[in-house]
Amino acid sequence: MTVEGVSVARRKRWPDNRFAGLLLVPSAIVVFGVVAWPVARTLWLSLHKVESPLPTAPSTWVGLDNYTRALDDPNLWAAVGRTAYFTVTSTALELGLGILLALLMAQKLRAGWVLRVAVIIPWALPTIVNATMWRYVFNPQYGPLNALLTQAHLIDEYRSWLGSPFLALNMVMLSDVWKNTSVVAFFVLAGLQVIPGELHEAAQVDGAGAIRRFFAITLPLLRPIIAIVLVLRTIEAFKVFDIVYVMTRGGPANGTQTVSLFTYQSAFSDQHFGYGSALSVLIVVVIMALAVTYMKLLRIEESRTAA
Amino acid sequence: MTDQHRAALSRRGFIAATVGIGLGGGPLLSACSSSSGGEGSGSSPVKLNALVQKQAGYSDVHVKAMTAAFTAANPNITVTVDSVPYEALHDKIVAAAPAGTYDVVLIDVIWPAEFASKGLVADITDKIPSAWKTEVLPGALNSGVYQDKFYGVPWLLDTKYFYANTAMLAKANVAPATLSTWPGVITAAKALKTQGVVKYPFLWSWSQAEAIICDFAALTASFGGTLFDPAGKPAFTTGGAVKALEFMKSTLDEGLTDPASMESLEDDVRKSMSAGTTAFGLNWTYMYAQSNDPKLSKEVGKIAISPVPDGGGGRISVNGSSALAITAGSKHRDAAWKYVEYLSSKPVQEQYIADSLPIWVASYQDPAVIKSAPNVVAAAKVQLANMTNRPEVPAYNAISQLLQVELQKALLGKKAPQQALNDAASAANKAIAQS
Repeated sequence: MTVEGVSVARRKRWPDNRFAGLLLVPSAIVVFGVVAWPVARTLWLSLHKVESPLPTAPSTWVGLDNYTRALDDPNLWAAVGRTAYFTVTSTALELGLGILLALLMAQKLRAGWVLRVAVIIPWALPTIVNATMWRYVFNPQYGPLNALLTQAHLIDEYRSWLGSPFLALNMVMLSDVWKNTSVVAFFVLAGLQVIPGELHEAAQVDGAGAIRRFFAITLPLLRPIIAIVLVLRTIEAFKVFDIVYVMTRGGPANGTQTVSLFTYQSAFSDQHFGYGSALSVLIVVVIMALAVTYMKLLRIEESRTAA
Repeated sequence: MTDQHRAALSRRGFIAATVGIGLGGGPLLSACSSSSGGEGSGSSPVKLNALVQKQAGYSDVHVKAMTAAFTAANPNITVTVDSVPYEALHDKIVAAAPAGTYDVVLIDVIWPAEFASKGLVADITDKIPSAWKTEVLPGALNSGVYQDKFYGVPWLLDTKYFYANTAMLAKANVAPATLSTWPGVITAAKALKTQGVVKYPFLWSWSQAEAIICDFAALTASFGGTLFDPAGKPAFTTGGAVKALEFMKSTLDEGLTDPASMESLEDDVRKSMSAGTTAFGLNWTYMYAQSNDPKLSKEVGKIAISPVPDGGGGRISVNGSSALAITAGSKHRDAAWKYVEYLSSKPVQEQYIADSLPIWVASYQDPAVIKSAPNVVAAAKVQLANMTNRPEVPAYNAISQLLQVELQKALLGKKAPQQALNDAASAANKAIAQS
């Protein structure tokens, strides 16, 4: 092709930035439609008293009343306490079990793929299916858990696992841990696979045992990935909704009512849309604060590894 | 690209991702802001969407059969029927309202006040024939009424009945006639327990749901109390309501009630009685047919239906009727009216009498109808004339949730019954003031 030919082709072409802008329009519409507009609408609702879901519903400007009411609401703080317990305990369990599973999967086992498939199945299940399955497992009258524990003589009689508040919260948490440990395990497995084998070999030559090598080599090198998993799981656990909704709907006696469920009930069951929106905004603020905290931790980690 | 750049990029992407996740779970209200998708109207074919409940009342298989028959008679109207568990119905109606997803929705007797005052359901007073005032049973007719206006066509005429396993009673030599009062039932329950016929004679639907309120409302009325005064203000801190809650707690303490009641709904009660693990239960009409269906029950022919036992206030139960409402957002009100009129018509209701009793007075005078469900009709004749209503106030749903929690706290032994009811009343008054 001649030099002239190139310049003709170049003249016919759209200016690059305008063409790029045009290509972005569809995604910009989607992003505005599914993120920006609902967020703006939620912010607007949170400053009003709105008692009907219809777009034509009357609204009264109430300023920050919904927020002050939320911060004064003992029911919200009780839900925050339960959510915090759920978040910390489930994330800790998922992390502990996930690291163990990842270490197991990283071994050169003969049928290692079987293990990997088994670990990924809980994660592949939709939460609704998982919740329904565990509700069946915990059923007080015909649930397999009662059958198993009585036949193993660990309990004398069938129990109601979701019938008392704190026990129900723990059982819901176990169901959540069962499902989400796989995510942690696969993240950690990915982290394990980039640790150079020579490090372990060198340490072995120096006489370090398996436990020593885990704490001196594996764990420090896993730190960045653990930080990422922690952020993701903490955030996910903090906004837990569907598993609770399916298993207990927040009961008994609100014992499993998390902040997301409380928000949902305020908005859709009680039809206090302004109040529900304010609660949503508060949840987002907390989640962003969590994310920023962990990001800072991550940055500290990065600069430490760089140094 | 340097490593530093890459780290910064991934960090930014990561923040964006986490914020995105947060927003996704945070503003649950985003469901409210979609627009409606209209369809053609006039003489062109009309597509309707209807939302009904699963379980109690007409089964979803039967609703689909009724709908198919309706479409056969009205070929230019097709109806898509969605069914959800009762516990999800209220919120789904609310969440779907702005989008105008449904033309016809099933509404419980406790919702017309809320849905009408918030403009979710259409006023259909001018479509209701005046003859219905005498032709339809009052308990059903009023299920769609708020402030003298009709917001729903009566469809499910339902109340909770007392069910007992007669084979278990025979084993313990208990005469069924003693079950006409609550003290009699307790004596029977103790006999069943001490003789080892059944471990826990009772299973109730005391999960945190409207179900516990229905049981509590029926018990309160049968103990001579009332939950709300005529103005809709809480009246459950004295008399029959306190007695009812103390009664409920005592059956737990004495080991007569299965602790699983705290996580059970009506369908759990049905399953447990049909499996022969429970002797007594309160449940809706539909349980009678299902407990006598060999495909669903091991106790066919053994489950008897009767009015709620007398606790001193009479054999009174709770009105649990529901109506079919046309949504305010429906673009096909005339077609929707045709559909609901068909579903509630006498021949259709008489065809599916095993699921729910007809709303029509004349049905009960028709020997053929009575013959098709003799035991249910006999119990219904007493019970339908003796029903208590839950209040018609816009904030009912919120009040009910507060009461559910306090009832459960008392039953779990975390509060004395009187204290729990006092706390529920003050929280309810606050909710009424805020609404």
